[in-house]
Amino acid sequence: MPEIKNYTLNFGPQHPAAHGVLRLVLEMDGEVIERADPHVGLLHRATEKLAETKPYNQTIGYMDRLDYVSMMCNEHGYVLAIEKLLGVEIPERARYIRVMFDEITRILNHLMWIGTHALDVGAMTMFLYAFREREDLMDMYEAVSGARMHATYYRPGGVARDLPDAMPQYLESRWRSKKEADRLNENRQGSLLDFAEDFVRRFPGYIDEYETLLTDNRIWKQRTVGIGVVSEERAYQLGFTGPMLRGSGVEWDLRKKQPYEVYDRMDFDIPVGTNGDCYDRYLVRIEEMRQSNHIIRQCIDWLRTNPGLVLTDNHKVAPPRREELKADMEGLIHHFKLFTEGYTLPQGEVYTAIEHPKGEFGIYLVSDGANKPYRVKIRAPGFAHLSSMNEMAQGHMLADVVAIIGTQDIVFGEIDR
Amino acid sequence: MPNSKQQLADALRSALGEKINAISVEFKEVTIEVEAERLLEVATELRDDPQFQFQQLVDLCGVDYSQFGTTEWQTDDASRAGFSRGVARAASSGRLQFGDELESLAVRGRRFAAVYHLISYAHNRRLRMRVYAPDDDFPVVSTVTDIWVSANWYEREAFDLYGILFSGHPDLRRILTDYGFVGHPFRKDFPMVGNVEMRYDPERARVVYEPVSIEPRVLVPKVRREDHRYLADTPEEGQDDA
Repeated sequence: MPEIKNYTLNFGPQHPAAHGVLRLVLEMDGEVIERADPHVGLLHRATEKLAETKPYNQTIGYMDRLDYVSMMCNEHGYVLAIEKLLGVEIPERARYIRVMFDEITRILNHLMWIGTHALDVGAMTMFLYAFREREDLMDMYEAVSGARMHATYYRPGGVARDLPDAMPQYLESRWRSKKEADRLNENRQGSLLDFAEDFVRRFPGYIDEYETLLTDNRIWKQRTVGIGVVSEERAYQLGFTGPMLRGSGVEWDLRKKQPYEVYDRMDFDIPVGTNGDCYDRYLVRIEEMRQSNHIIRQCIDWLRTNPGLVLTDNHKVAPPRREELKADMEGLIHHFKLFTEGYTLPQGEVYTAIEHPKGEFGIYLVSDGANKPYRVKIRAPGFAHLSSMNEMAQGHMLADVVAIIGTQDIVFGEIDR
Repeated sequence: MPNSKQQLADALRSALGEKINAISVEFKEVTIEVEAERLLEVATELRDDPQFQFQQLVDLCGVDYSQFGTTEWQTDDASRAGFSRGVARAASSGRLQFGDELESLAVRGRRFAAVYHLISYAHNRRLRMRVYAPDDDFPVVSTVTDIWVSANWYEREAFDLYGILFSGHPDLRRILTDYGFVGHPFRKDFPMVGNVEMRYDPERARVVYEPVSIEPRVLVPKVRREDHRYLADTPEEGQDDA
């Protein structure tokens, strides 16, 4: 019998299934993984150091670029930390808007995840379906902030502006006929809330489509059932949070257990897996999309009937309105101070965590009483998940590594920071 | 559970006694400070004691306290020391030049700290634990990878960015910075613009590293004010919302 030696395989950083810039050094025994050593940091931008040299508000934009498929949730964690240190109260309407956009973001993230995960495992159609729906959600981002992805919409004290009364429209052009533009504009005639309501009505049908393609699909099950099994005990040890933890059977969701904003008034359930494998995590995330859809519907109903402020009128934190600025001396001073120097936070340290689509997203903020943070530590859920790669992949086949990367829902913007 | 933050603090005080140096409840969060040599003992107890059960290490990070409380523009009265003078003067990591050194304000032995964030799923509670590295020039803290596996990468990160060594760590390599990187970039005396820049040299047909060509600068100087005194609604202590 010939002697077979182990060999080392370099996976990435330029590999379509590496979800960005993951370099994975795999020690293989034939097709079987002996050891997996992820090399990260190829996208390191020192966001935390940059934040130390800027006034607080200028860092909100950097937060979008961490996990670049769930932008507003990152902002949320950051502004919550500032608000906790300042002790500023935010208007009720802003809380509902934040919850609504957090859930829109969760669906955005999970659609990206299901699309790429299924594509990696071999289901091409899912990718096309998921991106079709993402388009509508990004239109909502655009309507409210002007940007399809990097919104910079949340502000300490509320959100940047109220929901718009009109949606952006498609125009007739050389590439799009009048008929086609009209068809696309059909559900964009009303306000953002009308558009969102239309989406919420359609979306459960789309999820059924995804499930028809995957849930009982033999190939999908062969590729995910029993792959990357993590027990409840190991999930705690490995620092798992969010769907990864719930997939292992822990009923834990910060929106329920440590509610922030108005989640305590929302009606929704926490889906929990039993086996802790890739398939259970898939089921958990699919159900989460349904629950998010349900939460968005509740927010729409509330927002329709309750107009009001969306940004605190405390001008030590949030700038005054344009009219005030032009007519009022004090408004002008506040504006000048906020945009040249920013506000200062009291000395102290806080840790705020939110239920990010990927897990627990935390911001540890240390302030020495200045207008810039002394230290910001971003607790990215993906970092802990990826660190378990070695343990999850050991003993599996090379092709399963791709399924495990997919199930961990890796995005390098947040891991490398 | 009414006022459970204070309860947790009291329970910690009675269970751990003199093993912890300080304990505080601020902004509805409990923080304890532990001596470096007692870290493992305390951490094991926090994980295993049924009244605490901190099963998971959520986060671990390094902090460099050497510039805590410094400012880039100190003034009580805007007319004497104008904003432009604040932008021009040098004294922070934002505008360090080669060879410049920053004076450390931290008390000796309290420059570097590792900060641990723990969570107990059984009791739905969080705890922050801070450990100062006793030696500023050679900061060493023991590893907690045997207690919480998730510490592995977090400790590598703190080592990479702050140069804190974790004794007993199974694989203390750099994690976020480039292969062959020199220095610990998140230390406050590491310049914001970095030390070297990289480009492809067509003549030598390889990537070369050169000293940075950009000027360090600060657009908005760091100031400390008591502005938050205007905010009427200060957070109330002791309320329990997690």
